[in-house]
Amino acid sequence: MRRKFLPYLLLIPTYLVIVIFIYLPAYDSFYSSFFKVSVFGNRKIFVGFQNYLSLFKDKDYLGAVSFTLLYTATTVVLSIFLSFFLALLLDQKVPGSRIYRTLIFAPYAVSHAVAGALWGFLLNPVVGHVNYLMRIFFGIQTQWLTTRPFAAYSLIFASIWKTLPFNIIFYLAALQSISSDVIEASIIDGANSWTRVWKILFPLVSPITFYLVIMSIISSTFQSFAIIDVMTKGGPGGYTTNMIYKLFMDGFRFQKTGLASAENVVLFAAMMIVTIIYFVYGQRRVHYQ
Amino acid sequence: MKRSTKNKIKTYVVEILLILSSLLIFAPILLAVFMSIQPPEFVFSYPPKFLPKGFFTKNYLDAFKIVPFARMILNSTIIAFLITFGKLITGTLSGYAYANFSFKGSKTTFYILFATLFIPAEIVLIVPLFKIISRFGWTNTYWAMTIPFMASATNTFLMQQHFKTIPKDFEDAARIDGATSMQYFVKVILPLSRPIIAGAAIINFTYAWNMYLWPLIVAMEDKMKTVQVAINMIINAESSNNWGIIMAGTVIALAPTLILFFALQDLFVKSLVSSGIKG
Repeated sequence: MRRKFLPYLLLIPTYLVIVIFIYLPAYDSFYSSFFKVSVFGNRKIFVGFQNYLSLFKDKDYLGAVSFTLLYTATTVVLSIFLSFFLALLLDQKVPGSRIYRTLIFAPYAVSHAVAGALWGFLLNPVVGHVNYLMRIFFGIQTQWLTTRPFAAYSLIFASIWKTLPFNIIFYLAALQSISSDVIEASIIDGANSWTRVWKILFPLVSPITFYLVIMSIISSTFQSFAIIDVMTKGGPGGYTTNMIYKLFMDGFRFQKTGLASAENVVLFAAMMIVTIIYFVYGQRRVHYQ
Repeated sequence: MKRSTKNKIKTYVVEILLILSSLLIFAPILLAVFMSIQPPEFVFSYPPKFLPKGFFTKNYLDAFKIVPFARMILNSTIIAFLITFGKLITGTLSGYAYANFSFKGSKTTFYILFATLFIPAEIVLIVPLFKIISRFGWTNTYWAMTIPFMASATNTFLMQQHFKTIPKDFEDAARIDGATSMQYFVKVILPLSRPIIAGAAIINFTYAWNMYLWPLIVAMEDKMKTVQVAINMIINAESSNNWGIIMAGTVIALAPTLILFFALQDLFVKSLVSSGIKG
């Protein structure tokens, strides 16, 4: 009879955490987004959709939404192609490939805050090495972190550098699991390297690409906070403020609780949509063994 | 003949591309280490120098003066260990429930957990989570930075997937010998799962050590802050004055997880891939 209750006991710790620290706050942000805290004291006033309406009339917020989309799209697309290319290289059997792998995977282990500090240094207009090389090779001489559009480029550099290894690790695992017969057959059929890569290998790893696109969207939308906070603080003039940075400022610096709750609901909803897309399409499309 | 020359050329091209890309990708970390052990004259030389000369330790000593770094390292260590242990305990227990028992509500509860797979609560839900933490009176405590992250769908799935591969015969044999379900779990399942537990441990540790936004919000007192937050404090304090000191702080923040990764690279990669694809 003890066996009957045991599984429930085993689940208690996990569900306590999940319910109290994910479901409860999710519900709370939804509920609070319909209220406004009164100017005098702690009274809550029901305001309906007003927080949402003021949110979508707020130019700064719309700016943050469009910057989020631009930043995420650029980072994800570049990171996916670059990582697939590097995984193809690492998949070749050449001497020393283990050392290359170790060095290329290294950014996986460091934090986003570290990535921000490193790239803040490299792009520093006085001491930065990348800044110097950019000037020598491309004649670009600029204040990277404090001017448009270079502040955005700087964040994207740091973001791609940080997310590459994760993507490469997954692509490499996928490439290594493709049977050599498939590749042999394509060589016999006379497919050249370029066709082989884009017509055969890339479609074969498409389920992984799908997974990585989802993960990269999540990481560059949310984890980017540390990179932005360390490198640009959302500037110049709010130019590199994305949705999560705006939420942090409104919720914790300007104490606009109702507005921040509405922002939280929007972000949470976006997150749920991404999750649903993943489960609906991801499950169906896994051809890869 | 023709094909072998072509292969040789291909190998050279691949080799050169790999050397270039691994150097480029690793350079930021290497330069940070170099700059952290150089005096300001070196760091500020123009054109910038790439290779270090001598060994200068003052940057590290200064970093410890600007922020209470020793305390922050201790904080990060405590937090990372607590989260790692917490996730392993909740993950193995719930994984065991889903892998070895059939019970009413297992499907429903599984979906409730599944839905949270991609939700980083410490980022997506900061405003309401902070409200709850304040109500508990947990601001400026380790509890605030650890307990909310002591369970995750990923850990449960990883353990469940692995426990399922352990043959049912073992369980039957254990029961015939008179072992209870919990004895079987502790004495058979856990020892058989050492590699997967070790893999989950290092991934959880890296994740916890590298958290930024949430500790920034709940630790308002300097003595409760973490090393990741310290980096930005040094940058703001030094405001582009001495990058040697900033890089010293950065190296301290990145060293533990990078060393862990270098030491256990294969385990990292294997666990990461299996948690991602199966989870």
